[in-house]
Amino acid sequence: MSATATIRIQQADFDIAHEIAALTEGRTDIGAVVSFLGICRGSENGEPIAALTLEHYPGMAEAEIKRHVDEAMSRWPLTGLTIVHRVGRIAPGENIVLVLTASSHREAAFQAAEFLMDYLKTNAPFWKREEGAKGSNWIEARDHDDAAAARWTKS
Amino acid sequence: MKLKYFAWVRERIGKAEETVEPPADVRTVDDLIGWLTKRGETYAYAFEKPKVIRAAIDQTHVRPDAIIAGAREIAFFPPMTGG
Repeated sequence: MSATATIRIQQADFDIAHEIAALTEGRTDIGAVVSFLGICRGSENGEPIAALTLEHYPGMAEAEIKRHVDEAMSRWPLTGLTIVHRVGRIAPGENIVLVLTASSHREAAFQAAEFLMDYLKTNAPFWKREEGAKGSNWIEARDHDDAAAARWTKS
Repeated sequence: MKLKYFAWVRERIGKAEETVEPPADVRTVDDLIGWLTKRGETYAYAFEKPKVIRAAIDQTHVRPDAIIAGAREIAFFPPMTGG
């Protein structure tokens, strides 16, 4: 069976168990599923936050995720893939992003999940704003995220 | 062409999108930033550090020297912080 990819950007929460079941149901070619779940922290740089608000570029966000999904599919022998990214206001403890990668064996699933998260952080057009005690601020991009994405570039 | 702004670029300019007709000598994304900067204080504030600003033409990431001729939609935004 060929690989299937599901990409969703939504305000609503998601259920990781449901998403894994949907990815693997009726399949006998999947030997490994790796999941990455990004969760809203209750602090940013040591300061407590009340919530994050995620903005995105509709159209481009989906296209950019699709482009990296296609690249992941071409680099690793994946049999399935799910990415769900939430937008809007998200409180500490709530889910933000889910990446599921499925393959016959674990190595491809682990590597592809890490690759996809590194690229989502630096190339997918989403922006986080934090609501803290001193008001609301846009979160700045981190150099170590750029470095994490760069290590996947073929030399 | 349609321009779109996101995150603090949108907030500083005070609008999410607009349609503009830049003159012919505005050839690249960098030229467009320079042209917009002269349109008023809000633009000058949004583009005060042009090296920080990221751009996309028709929903694809581009570098500052990208040619804008033929573009339908150009977006400006800060470095991305999703995931």
